[in-house]
Amino acid sequence: MNKTQLYLWMERVKSLILHVFLFGSLILMLTPFAWMISTSFKTRQESYSMPPTWIPDEITFSNYIELFQAVDFARPLMNSIIVAVATTSISLVVCAMAAYAITKFNFRGRKQTFLLILSTMMVPGQVTTIPVFLLMKKIGLVNTYTGIIIPAIASVSTIFFLRQFLTTISNDYIEAAKIEGAGEWTIFSKLIFPMMKPALITMGIFTFTGAWNSFFWPLIIATDDRFYTLPLAMTILNGQHGGNIGLNMAGAIVVILPLIVLFMFTQKYIIQSMNVGGLKG
Amino acid sequence: MKTSLKNLGIFLFPALALIFTFLVIPILVSFYMSFHEFGVMSVIDWRNARFIGLDNYKRIIFMDSDFHQALKNTLFVLAIAMPVTIGLSLFLAVLINSKMTKFKSFFRVGFYIPAITNTVAVALVWKWILNGDYGILNYFLNFLGIEGPQWLIDPDYAIYTIIFLVVWKALGPNVIIFIAGLQSIPETVNEAAEIDGANRIQKFFHITMPLLSPTILYISLMILIGYLQLFDEPFMLTKGGPLNSTISIVMHIYNEGFRFFNFGYASALSFILFFGIFTFSLIRIKTIKEG
Repeated sequence: MNKTQLYLWMERVKSLILHVFLFGSLILMLTPFAWMISTSFKTRQESYSMPPTWIPDEITFSNYIELFQAVDFARPLMNSIIVAVATTSISLVVCAMAAYAITKFNFRGRKQTFLLILSTMMVPGQVTTIPVFLLMKKIGLVNTYTGIIIPAIASVSTIFFLRQFLTTISNDYIEAAKIEGAGEWTIFSKLIFPMMKPALITMGIFTFTGAWNSFFWPLIIATDDRFYTLPLAMTILNGQHGGNIGLNMAGAIVVILPLIVLFMFTQKYIIQSMNVGGLKG
Repeated sequence: MKTSLKNLGIFLFPALALIFTFLVIPILVSFYMSFHEFGVMSVIDWRNARFIGLDNYKRIIFMDSDFHQALKNTLFVLAIAMPVTIGLSLFLAVLINSKMTKFKSFFRVGFYIPAITNTVAVALVWKWILNGDYGILNYFLNFLGIEGPQWLIDPDYAIYTIIFLVVWKALGPNVIIFIAGLQSIPETVNEAAEIDGANRIQKFFHITMPLLSPTILYISLMILIGYLQLFDEPFMLTKGGPLNSTISIVMHIYNEGFRFFNFGYASALSFILFFGIFTFSLIRIKTIKEG
């Protein structure tokens, strides 16, 4: 064996070790999900059996059926969909309009408005929770969809992100449209909004994920189980059927799966935008 | 040309009105409440709130042993989880970014998955895996001849279990940010160092690390802000127990505000948290400006 061959061979071994290590770590990281899926298809008896089985001896769908028939997981699922979709769509429009005004409009106090919005970013949610809850109580929005959704709409981080994106769009487009006689609203809705698509998708996914996973605020504002979102329903399910582990795992999958699927389809945008965020930092 | 007032109103009003209603005014109200004894009766009629000056703050700082425990726990989690998160995610980022590595985007997506999943749902499966009697973790440890502890029930172990879960969830996004940081280092710098005879380890500590320092600072401050608001994991897995060994600051705020309805006291607590986070945020903004 000559020197070059030895070198190539060494490189191959190194590459093999590297990949084995990375795959190994990834498998370890994702073990809970595998265990979750496996347990959700087990009978109650098998879910407690020792030694544990990775592939159930007897595959059953009874946990999923029970989840929607006996426990009524359908209502929280609907609630979560309503809350996440409404929050995301309204938030994107409101924030895009504000970001557009802050970036492209010409008015006194533009910079100050932006700074005011930015400074609220540092406030942790806990500071505002109690007064917002008391306000909601006063105006009768406890246990309503509006009450769950409305505080999450004007997202400062979304405005900030969209503003960064808008600064990369040249003013020439807007000037040209103005010469053609288009009003601000037409320019925004027909020209700018469509141009913001990549940024809107990214922020849309973040907002959707946030609303879907949100726990602290719904826990406080939704005390009536008709308005429970999935994370709240999960805690109730666990409280009432803690011993039925297969049922719990089936519930967990219903909560997690939509986001994983959404993420698979859109990860390109998220990773791109995180790259930008990281570089700016 | 100045934008007309009408257009300003249409575009800015919705967002500004919401920000004022749900952020700016609540912040001020919370500040006001923190100087009052503000309980359930005060919610019914605000005149029942009694002005007590700095008493809430004094009680938190000098007397509230639950707060001291929560502060200790939160800082302990931060002190361990922060370096571990940064170290591990940098290590994984370097490996994934290596020229040899194939399936790069597969790994990035894979490691990211824990970050997007719901804490509540994931907590349940961890609870099951970590169960001292029936959990698979202890089953496998037993296999190796180790008797695993009651991970979530033993006060000596519970906080480490929480730390482990926090790190597990935080790795993915940080790996991606580190990869972006690594890719922003110009190839020529590394090549120049190679010509000068630097080995891989020298290159990492003398070239990669210094050039990565803005990214490391950014990540550490984001982690700092996030970890100081620890809530979901202890709330779901341990309820702050056993013996308060995993109670966090936000959990304490939740208990005071929404279990005992001491709204004024909880407001003062959240302002102390705000002050801590604010200080760190200022540092962060400064580093962004300089970086």
